[in-house]
Amino acid sequence: MKARLATLLAWVIALLNVFPLVWMALASFKTEVDAIHTPPLLFFHPTLENYQAIFALQDYTGYALNSVAISLGATLITVLIAIPAAFAMAFYPGPRTRDILLWMLSTKMLPAVGVLVPIYLLCRDAGLLDTRTALIIVYVLSNLPIAVWMLFTFFRETPRDIIEASRIDGASVGETILLVLLPLVLPGIASTALLLIILCWNEAFWSLNLTAHNAAPLTAFIASFSAPQGLFWARLSAASLLAIAPILVFGWLSQRQLVRGLTFGAVK
Amino acid sequence: MARASSRAGIATAPLLAPAVLLLLLWMIVPLAMTLWFSFQRYNLLNPAVRGFAGFNNYRFLLRDPTLVPILVTTVVLVLAVLALTIGLGTVFAALFAREFRGRNIARLLMVTPFFVMPTVSALVWKNLFMHPVNGFFAAISRGLGLPVIDWFGAIPLLSVILIVAWEWLPFAFLIFLTALQSLDEEQIEAARLDGAGPIAIFFFIQLPHLGRAISVVVMMETIFLLGIFAEIYVTTAGGPGIATTNLPFLIYQRALLAFNVGGASAAGVIAIVLANVMAALLVRTIARRLDV
Repeated sequence: MKARLATLLAWVIALLNVFPLVWMALASFKTEVDAIHTPPLLFFHPTLENYQAIFALQDYTGYALNSVAISLGATLITVLIAIPAAFAMAFYPGPRTRDILLWMLSTKMLPAVGVLVPIYLLCRDAGLLDTRTALIIVYVLSNLPIAVWMLFTFFRETPRDIIEASRIDGASVGETILLVLLPLVLPGIASTALLLIILCWNEAFWSLNLTAHNAAPLTAFIASFSAPQGLFWARLSAASLLAIAPILVFGWLSQRQLVRGLTFGAVK
Repeated sequence: MARASSRAGIATAPLLAPAVLLLLLWMIVPLAMTLWFSFQRYNLLNPAVRGFAGFNNYRFLLRDPTLVPILVTTVVLVLAVLALTIGLGTVFAALFAREFRGRNIARLLMVTPFFVMPTVSALVWKNLFMHPVNGFFAAISRGLGLPVIDWFGAIPLLSVILIVAWEWLPFAFLIFLTALQSLDEEQIEAARLDGAGPIAIFFFIQLPHLGRAISVVVMMETIFLLGIFAEIYVTTAGGPGIATTNLPFLIYQRALLAFNVGGASAAGVIAIVLANVMAALLVRTIARRLDV
């Protein structure tokens, strides 16, 4: 009886927790009039007009492509730079490995807002304001510590003997990484990449400050709905659902690895 | 590094170099520029007037009567969200620590808000829920015969706090749940046989076990919460007045709305110092766990 009550309570809390998103999803299929109706409408004639309007009037595709290009581009580069570093530290730790790892972690603690001015000016002088390149560079640099750490913890779970054996058999370092290590740690690399994509996709400090229109990703597109003169709730809901849907799937896939990635191995 | 690699049998330096050099640049260049600008008289609207300003930027900043309320807002935002996410997070994690029907799906629902981009969370809450006329909460209040709350008009900071807490609760919850699952099941079983109820088990067994996880959540969240920006940008723009202006938003206003490079940089230095205090604590906690 008590157990059943606890189960019920857990489910009620879980449902309340996602209710804002469910309500948003419902609103995305309402007309604007139904969306602001009081009392709120649970039953209504669903319509797709908001989705049509977003694609027809607001260049949703352009923003979405920016999000995809920036997230995938930054993640790919980050992983490519992080794998060799994590490999070296996981399998060939030296007396300074510990210091390097902790120092990398500490660079993640630098608050973005503390360096807003120099980054903005550097981008302006390099002609990179409102370009995808600027966001990709910033995201690679700010996510690199997370990637190195996460890959490091995955690599360390791989038996070292396998690496040694491949080296003794005459494989080069590159061959060892590519042919021996990668197949073993592919799930770990995939989780790392998923977390990086999520972080890039949802990042909303640099994307709001370094882009205007050309390179603006979905975070900035949604922010454009904050203008007081243009409050279209149903359209905002439809745009929001489109913007979060792909990343929710990634998030659900990677949630078990999330703790490892975001606590730097401090909680297991 | 060279000595380490010769001992290990391979040259690790070329493997490490790209990551290390990039991060070194990322750390030093912007930091040095922020420090340099904070001692410069430099406004982008009037770029001809430049020169060494001494401590003037800091003096103006410290004399600004809005600085203290803004710092207070920054800290209140962090502390309130920490209290909400850790308070609710520990209780919810304890509730989810035992097996029950559909637990995996329920846990997925609990974690979901963490994957929603901040601009979506903030605008959905602000409009669909907290709008004083058409919002969901207003409808509930009217239905119950209670006065309607004008969320962003009457209690703007609390409104922002609630939104941010909803975004960060999944993070705390998931970490606490992970930590609780490493708790020895027999310990709880023994306590139960001794007649301990769920509340006693929570306070005397589960909560003490969470000590380390709580400290990690406090430090990680503090670092992120000190930088809260997008939620304020799309809901209140720092207002009404300066009621929801925190340090990041102040710097944004100085830098990209007023184009005051020197003043914004001085505020940036303060933000860096604040964050570094927390960062030093966090790095020490993680270092204790790291065995290389």
